[in-house]
Amino acid sequence: MAVTVSIPTILRTHTGGEKQVQARGATLAEVIDNLEANHGGLKARLVKEGTLHRFVNVYVNDEDVRFAGGLDAAIADGDNVTILPAVAGG
Amino acid sequence: MIPGRSHGLGTVCPARKIVIVLRIREDLVDAMVAHARRDHPDEACGILAGPEGSGEPQRVIPMLNAARSPTYYEFDSTEWNAVYREMTAKDEEPVVIYHSHTATEPYPSRTDIARAQEYAQFLAPPHYVLIGTRDPERHELRSYRILDGEVTEEPVDVVPT
Repeated sequence: MAVTVSIPTILRTHTGGEKQVQARGATLAEVIDNLEANHGGLKARLVKEGTLHRFVNVYVNDEDVRFAGGLDAAIADGDNVTILPAVAGG
Repeated sequence: MIPGRSHGLGTVCPARKIVIVLRIREDLVDAMVAHARRDHPDEACGILAGPEGSGEPQRVIPMLNAARSPTYYEFDSTEWNAVYREMTAKDEEPVVIYHSHTATEPYPSRTDIARAQEYAQFLAPPHYVLIGTRDPERHELRSYRILDGEVTEEPVDVVPT
């Protein structure tokens, strides 16, 4: 499954400045492992102790993966994956 | 005269050698304040978007506070994705992220500082505008940079429209 991953500005240091990169995988966890293999350093920004960081939002197309199985979310060919910080405060 | 408006020529942050000041159109200020008043006593939150790298806020995007709380705010994650995509398509970024404090002074809370540090690992650090609505007659408006856990207040230069 080939997907397009949109990379937020600061993380582009890991992708040679590319805004979007291609990755492969049948689940989000596999896509992130594939990203890490080609763009070292990305995984640690997204995953901690086997789950997504609390304040990172990852979307598959329009859906926040928190509501679609998290790292186990299924990925289909041609999907768009977007990474954003959660925006919150008190 | 706008209540809460402050004047100044900007201060120089010695470590970074950049002049920090937020220049912002009066109609954008009015829109943020109106949003904060509308959602009071819950916190209101939103974005001022502008061209990437320009530092110039051009349009206001009021966001839903998914927490619907008087002490906490969180962008609705689905709305945030749609708004971010629209901004990216226009080569825009969040120049300002604003929210209101409805019962306390408009100074970043410990939670605000912690979340700002996480945000800065993903997107360029914005100006953080806080709007205080504890006084029903007179709002307070302040702007801050939050870098490496350090809060620096900056002058707000309101440009009449």
